[in-house]
Amino acid sequence: MTLAMDTKDFYFTYAGAPAPTLKGINMPIYANKVTALIGPSGCGKSTLLRAWNRIHDVYPGNKYEGEVLLYDEQGGSENILNYTKEDELIKLRQRVGMIFQKPTPFPMSIYDNIAYGLRLAGIKNRSELDERVEKALKGAAIWNEVKDRLKESAMGLSGGQQQRLCIARAVALKPEVLLFDEPTSALDPISTGAIEELISELRSEVTIAIVTHNMQQASRISDYTAFMYLGDLIEFDKTEKIFVNPKEKLTEDYITGRFG
Amino acid sequence: MFNRLFRYSSYASSWLVLILLVGIFASLYYYASDAIHQFGFWHFVTDPTWEVGEDDEGGVFGGLIPILGTLLSTAIAMIVAVPLAMGIALFLTEIAHEKLIAPVSVAIELLAAIPSIIYGMWALFFLGPILQHLFGGQSNSLLTAGLVLAIMIIPFMAAITRDAMNTTPAVLKESAYAMGATRFEVVKDVIFPYARRGIIGSVILALGRALGETMAVAFVIGGVFRMPESLTQPTISIPVLLANNFGEAADLELSAMFYLALILFAISFGTISIAKFFFLRKEA
Amino acid sequence: MNRRLLINKTVMVLATGAALIGLAVLFWILGVLLFKGVSSIDWAVLTHDLVNKGLRNVLIGQFVLAGVATLIGVPLGMLAGIYLREYGVNSRFASLIRNLSDVMMSAPSIVIGVFIYGLLVVPHGSYFGWAGAVALGIMMIPIVVSTTDSMLSLVPQELREAGIALGASKAQVITTIVVKAAKVGLITGILLAFARIVGETAPLLFTSANNDYFTLNMNQQFPSLTVSIYQLATFPDQRSIDLAWAGSVILTFLVLFINITTRYIFRQRKIK
Repeated sequence: MTLAMDTKDFYFTYAGAPAPTLKGINMPIYANKVTALIGPSGCGKSTLLRAWNRIHDVYPGNKYEGEVLLYDEQGGSENILNYTKEDELIKLRQRVGMIFQKPTPFPMSIYDNIAYGLRLAGIKNRSELDERVEKALKGAAIWNEVKDRLKESAMGLSGGQQQRLCIARAVALKPEVLLFDEPTSALDPISTGAIEELISELRSEVTIAIVTHNMQQASRISDYTAFMYLGDLIEFDKTEKIFVNPKEKLTEDYITGRFG
Repeated sequence: MFNRLFRYSSYASSWLVLILLVGIFASLYYYASDAIHQFGFWHFVTDPTWEVGEDDEGGVFGGLIPILGTLLSTAIAMIVAVPLAMGIALFLTEIAHEKLIAPVSVAIELLAAIPSIIYGMWALFFLGPILQHLFGGQSNSLLTAGLVLAIMIIPFMAAITRDAMNTTPAVLKESAYAMGATRFEVVKDVIFPYARRGIIGSVILALGRALGETMAVAFVIGGVFRMPESLTQPTISIPVLLANNFGEAADLELSAMFYLALILFAISFGTISIAKFFFLRKEA
Repeated sequence: MNRRLLINKTVMVLATGAALIGLAVLFWILGVLLFKGVSSIDWAVLTHDLVNKGLRNVLIGQFVLAGVATLIGVPLGMLAGIYLREYGVNSRFASLIRNLSDVMMSAPSIVIGVFIYGLLVVPHGSYFGWAGAVALGIMMIPIVVSTTDSMLSLVPQELREAGIALGASKAQVITTIVVKAAKVGLITGILLAFARIVGETAPLLFTSANNDYFTLNMNQQFPSLTVSIYQLATFPDQRSIDLAWAGSVILTFLVLFINITTRYIFRQRKIK
């Protein structure tokens, strides 16, 4: 089993906070698998996810300790926590994409939303852009709904469509890893189903990590599950094991709904 | 009883706003009517002469010079103020360290609170002489007037632009960063488009302020009826003409001044309405 | 990639530069005022009237004008604001008035002066204090309308419903519950509106004009600090110019003092 990322003895402290929010996290992310992060609110699951593409760095003063390795196709790895220059961070974020809780269409047309990241990555050629936009939209299963209105504002789409557009936007950059931060928490059940299906399909091309507070969702779509509590990683294992036969009492209590 | 009385008096007070606006237009028009009849509109706004007739009777009054002075000083102010105000807003929303944001914001807001006459004093004794030293010409000039106007409207423009930029949801900015955008690209492609209406509105509102500003300009524009041949020459603007000469004018000249006041009010009413109705629409 | 980073860097440096320029100008102006304040303010300035090269009468005059303006502008503005928020709410009339009031807030102050000249000074036959106070009061109305409107909008709807449920009439709910709940915000708004008009010059120039002597009679020309500054600054003698600076310093620090304290009060309240 190949590794996509590996987090080793990782601590994270928010700017001005007296104590770290994440304490000594050790967990792998396997390539072309879906890894779910679950746990009660405030357990640090989103904080961890947001560390994996250093989006925390948008705000000054946050502190990282430990190692987060990102593997490339040849099996080499780099510790992303060593990145300091802006261009290193930009490249990291192109390799590790992110989808947020709420759909975040940019205030521009559907086409430009997808093309945006590609243009940033230096693709100027019109036909190549067209091709990659179409491919990304198809990949996110939204092409049929928007192909006749590519020039219209993305704000006019429904919430579920907007979220799939954001996934397409991230996929267009051909990232190695995609991070989902509770991507369906603002959506209705039907849109949620569509997104879940999409995540399962994307797995063949990209490694996925998803934060969710919906345990059914985690069990439906993930291969591996990490259970976190109060900034600690309590248990990490194959999803079936976590849900059927957890090692830790705390995990079992959470899964069976005794707290949370 | 109290209930009805309270309701009616508050209703009447809200009508007062409308009555005042209509009243201002009506009374300015009433006093300006002599000049309007005498000179018409096109002739008045294109005529550079301002001469009282012999024995203080009649005379020829054209508004071209003060109208030009108003527009030019405002134009200079906008050219200087817009980039600086945008820069300050950008600094306050995206660059400044958290600890710097509050003091710098307060400083900017205090600058906006300083009465305009103080800007005028400062420009008369400091800015004007410095500009004269640097660019030649006269200390009191179109350039000095434009720059002091710029300095006066920058804080106001920066504060509203900052508020508009701050309405951009953090997650929207983060998702642009997550695609590998630089800070500037996030500002250009996400924040500015998102806050576009508010930003344009603030610029137009500042434009309206600059057009009608009297005291900051009165000290330094020179107050002479002369076509400005260069930026460093003195001229006059509508508010300054009114401030300086209104008290001594009579008859047709006074009427011509009311005419100019009417034109100024119409221009500023127009610009501010555009800003309010199209860009800064208040959701009730 | 390098080009993108370079553009980014350049823009960020320029924006920081803009902020520095803004701050520099503020400190320049404040520095000038402090320096001039030290060198030009003495007891004589505060104890003599303008005729004897002091500012006593014009300082008092400015406060009287702004105070009377407040007595005119605040009740009218508050009533109108109450109508907009409590009765009109989203009606077309209310939104028209709301927008017109905003437009009027930015109307050139000199035009208000010209308007009052035509409305009051011409019939009265000469400049007089009331005309100046009314001009400032008119400037104050839209500011008070706007703050009242937005401060009342922050009062939770449940509070009004609770009042109505206890059998209070709408007017009672507004005057005894809603206005009380929004008290701090309203007071802050009124103080800021006062700070705004106390520094006005243009609406006074040909309404109340100026007076070298002390008077509280609003039927004659009325002493004004700001108009005095304007006149004194262009006199050739140094004493007059010093006096203009002294007036500017007092005015600025007064206005800034009101601004800073109201901000402080408002913030304290919000924290609670």
